[in-house]
Amino acid sequence: MKKYSKTHEWVEVDGKIATLGISNHAQEELGDVVFVELPEIGKEVKKGDVLCSVESVKAASDVYAPVSGKVVEVNTELDSSPELVNQDAEGKGWIVKIEINDESELNDLMSEEEYKKFIEQ
Amino acid sequence: MKLIFEKSVSGRTGYSLPDLDVPQKPLSEMIPKGLIRKEEPNLPEVYEAEVVRHYTNLSRLNHSVDVGFYPLGSCTMKYNPKINERISKFDGFMYIHPYQNEKTVQGALELMYNLQNLLCEITGMDHMTLQPSAGAHGEFTGMSIIKKYHEDRGEYERRKVLIPDSAHGTNPASASMCGFEVVEIKSTKEGLVDLEELKKNLDEKTAAIMLTNPNTLGLYEREIEKIAKMAHDSGALLYYDGANLNAILGKIRPGDMGFDVVHLNLHKTFSTPHGMGGPGSGPVGVKSFLKDYLPIPVVEQDQNGLYYFNYDLPKTIGRVRSFYGNFGVLIKAYAYILFIGKEGLKEVAELAVLNANYLRKKMSRFLKIASDLVCMHEFVVDGSELKKYGVKTLDVAKRLLDYGFHPPTIYFPLIVSEAMMIEPTETETKETLDKFAETVEKILEEAREDPEILKNAPYTTYVKRLNEVLAVKQPILRWQKGENVKYTDL
Amino acid sequence: MQNPYLPHTEAEITEMLKEIGVSSVSEIYEKAIGKASDIELKIPESICEYDLLRNFRELSEKNVNFQEYAIYLGAGVYNHFIPSAVFELASRGEFLTAYTPYQPEVSQGTLQALFEYQTMICELTKMDVANSSMYDGASALAEAVIMANNINGKSEILISKAIHPEYIEVVKTYSRGKKLNIVEFEFDNETGRVNLDDLKSKLSANTSCVAVQYPNFFGIIENLKEIRNVIPENVIYIVTTNPISLGILEPPGSFGADIVVGEGQVLGNPGFFGGPGFGFFATREKYLRRMPGRLIGQTVDSEGKRGFVMTLQTREQHIRRARATSNICSNHAHNAVMGAIYMSLLGKKGIKEVANLSLQKAHYLAEKLDKLEHFHLKFSGPFFHEFVLETDLDWSEINQYLIEQKIIGPLELSRFYKEMKQSALFCVTEMNRREDIEFLIGRLGAVFNEINI
Repeated sequence: MKKYSKTHEWVEVDGKIATLGISNHAQEELGDVVFVELPEIGKEVKKGDVLCSVESVKAASDVYAPVSGKVVEVNTELDSSPELVNQDAEGKGWIVKIEINDESELNDLMSEEEYKKFIEQ
Repeated sequence: MKLIFEKSVSGRTGYSLPDLDVPQKPLSEMIPKGLIRKEEPNLPEVYEAEVVRHYTNLSRLNHSVDVGFYPLGSCTMKYNPKINERISKFDGFMYIHPYQNEKTVQGALELMYNLQNLLCEITGMDHMTLQPSAGAHGEFTGMSIIKKYHEDRGEYERRKVLIPDSAHGTNPASASMCGFEVVEIKSTKEGLVDLEELKKNLDEKTAAIMLTNPNTLGLYEREIEKIAKMAHDSGALLYYDGANLNAILGKIRPGDMGFDVVHLNLHKTFSTPHGMGGPGSGPVGVKSFLKDYLPIPVVEQDQNGLYYFNYDLPKTIGRVRSFYGNFGVLIKAYAYILFIGKEGLKEVAELAVLNANYLRKKMSRFLKIASDLVCMHEFVVDGSELKKYGVKTLDVAKRLLDYGFHPPTIYFPLIVSEAMMIEPTETETKETLDKFAETVEKILEEAREDPEILKNAPYTTYVKRLNEVLAVKQPILRWQKGENVKYTDL
Repeated sequence: MQNPYLPHTEAEITEMLKEIGVSSVSEIYEKAIGKASDIELKIPESICEYDLLRNFRELSEKNVNFQEYAIYLGAGVYNHFIPSAVFELASRGEFLTAYTPYQPEVSQGTLQALFEYQTMICELTKMDVANSSMYDGASALAEAVIMANNINGKSEILISKAIHPEYIEVVKTYSRGKKLNIVEFEFDNETGRVNLDDLKSKLSANTSCVAVQYPNFFGIIENLKEIRNVIPENVIYIVTTNPISLGILEPPGSFGADIVVGEGQVLGNPGFFGGPGFGFFATREKYLRRMPGRLIGQTVDSEGKRGFVMTLQTREQHIRRARATSNICSNHAHNAVMGAIYMSLLGKKGIKEVANLSLQKAHYLAEKLDKLEHFHLKFSGPFFHEFVLETDLDWSEINQYLIEQKIIGPLELSRFYKEMKQSALFCVTEMNRREDIEFLIGRLGAVFNEINI
């Protein structure tokens, strides 16, 4: 099930692996994504830490880890095609996969519906 | 236009140098073989007239103060007097070497000494260094001084610097370069420093508060003396970013407000030209208790009236650049101050404030002004209402280009949505301000009628809107032979 | 007195105040500040333009200038010929009075000129990318050191003692905030080149970068290849260089330099008592996003026409604020454009010729002086257009004597190196004519008697 953070990341969990990126709403706000600074594989992050950043021409937006864990994979396709984040933010535009430490952290995140309400406010 | 490289013809030359009048020796006798350049650098081969036409034609593609109105907020694009250019080119200024014996450069030292003193008097500070090359460089210098001051007192834990969210990006960047941790202070709805927020964050770990006054919204921080007291009571220092000093010349001084460290931008306030983004000059003034921390050297005068460089500042932060600063720029600022004199300085501030308030009043009829408070030398338009026409501040800015105006600073300060920051300066006429206001109003009418007009603007410039996304995604940062041919028009 | 920079007539001021709805400008200040404001500055009254001109001419004439005197001082600021077209073109108001090219559609002149400049710096240094200028050579070197730390996270900076001492001081100032540890390594007292053994012994697992100067502060041409060979791959190799020398010397880019910086004053900028010149900054493409400063890039407009913009701006302070690669905002664009105009005029042949003239004349003088009684060359290493001369006499007395002969003599190295009291650094460029050189040789030949009268 897809979950969302207040800082506009989405995360989808499959077993111990969480795939995440920035929400479709976030990419709309950001405009043309021109660069994604991917984290190093093996990087340990705590929930709320800056994971990496997504850049448009005139803005650099941090991506925060919605859950704690270890980076196990990054979407290297974004190196050559950062526009994937615009085209399919919550699919092909995923950014990293994290092996999560504590599944209970997911409970703090919003459901799709809750997130929709959150961004309308 | 073609690049100068694309005009190159093998064998052409554009220079004339003195002859080799000593016996020529083979290079191999002087330079080890592996260190002699094998391949010539691919510099253009063009003759003098071509170079002159090329750069003259390029220059004509620029907007500039000499061409027209340039109301860039926070940049103080005032007229740059021609006499200053002439003076700065005297042989006795242009052709002197920084390591000449001090006795042979007394004129230069006298100039620097007097300028230091004039700037102290204008800002209400006790000592001044002319070394920093630009505003941000001054910030780095000033914040380095503050860092060292606290450390020398054993207060290593003072690592926090409080900066309003309306501040220029250089403020947090400079503080961070000095090893400080930046804490952003939210502004009030009116756009002033929020004293409650400040109080909350001000503690025994705070090293300094960095402020601009008037601030980036063009508003005077009325509570400045209270802020200074709060800072000092908690052991922190108060830093003044001089970006907006033009508004208060001869009226009120940062030193009197309670600031401990001040940087100036001679290229803003003191009329030296901006030169496409530099060179500037960013002198830093301090109260006497910080004198020993200034970068070395400072210019002083001995009992015999002789000027000299004093390198003996026991607690100095060191140097922030080679030699003594942008002397060529200092000459112009010094000439400006002497030319307009005491009354002139005051007049500059008053007319800058008059122009800004006049234009603000005119524009308030058709645009929302970000703050209701009376402004100083600049004001900020809140462009969020433009959305109702389906356009953005950027579109208005681009359309202004078609009417021969340089747009204001846009999307800054960050706390105002769709911001447009307007600083007319004192050197603009009422007609220009009227015309500018009229033009913006007309552009808004255009937006009402057909937003596409704005969205596709500009139409009359040498190039149309440029693809900045492409420039980042596929960076081409230099010319290379054989490339660059796919474009429609060179 | 009339102020020609201000347009306001009394009538206009009245009208404008009326529009604003106040009775005086003071009232605006009172409303904005909350109290009356006016101070009496202790600043002289205004003067007319003619008097200003006279006063400044007088002031300038209190300086000894090297248009009238022969000069043998270098050490970071050099007297090269500047073609008239450089000054004429650079004086155009469209260059001089433009601001940072924030609106590219009306700044193509600036942007294209700086794009050309970036290309020329890449060509000279043989590096991939160059930014559109820094303040000066020293701050460019300091920024390079910070960038190296950003790249590899290590904190030990190995810096050659044969780098301009003021540059080292600036590196130290900049490094304090990042808590970098500056370790200086020695030069060889015989050759004047860096002491490779000392360098090797100071390398550690925590070494972030190694910085050398080429040619070094003493004019000696370092062997950049040998130095690269002793530095581990992951240590950033920084070279600060004199761009004129690269007309004749193999560029640092050929020897695996990661960052190449230097002072660009020699490229068409006058001495100006040390500023403004400009710093240049070049690096490898892979480090592009770690670079400080403004970058100009090529793109197309909405109709497919080539144009130029400032690009990769997310590195910079106005976007990344506290986390920017540097705080630099204003740079030395105008000086860099003067550099571009100079390099256009000189071209590939001219740069080489300036370098060769300087080299040949410096060697001619050095050899002659080495043969004089009381003088000898200190170092045996190969040199470009500067050399260190030792004497058993007193350099300050010699320089005092030379100035009386209308010669601005060499730099006394005791200024920076306590142990080098007997040494002075000479510089010769294409501007030192044979007859002047012979005159200097004659004067130094006679100096023992002259100063001991």
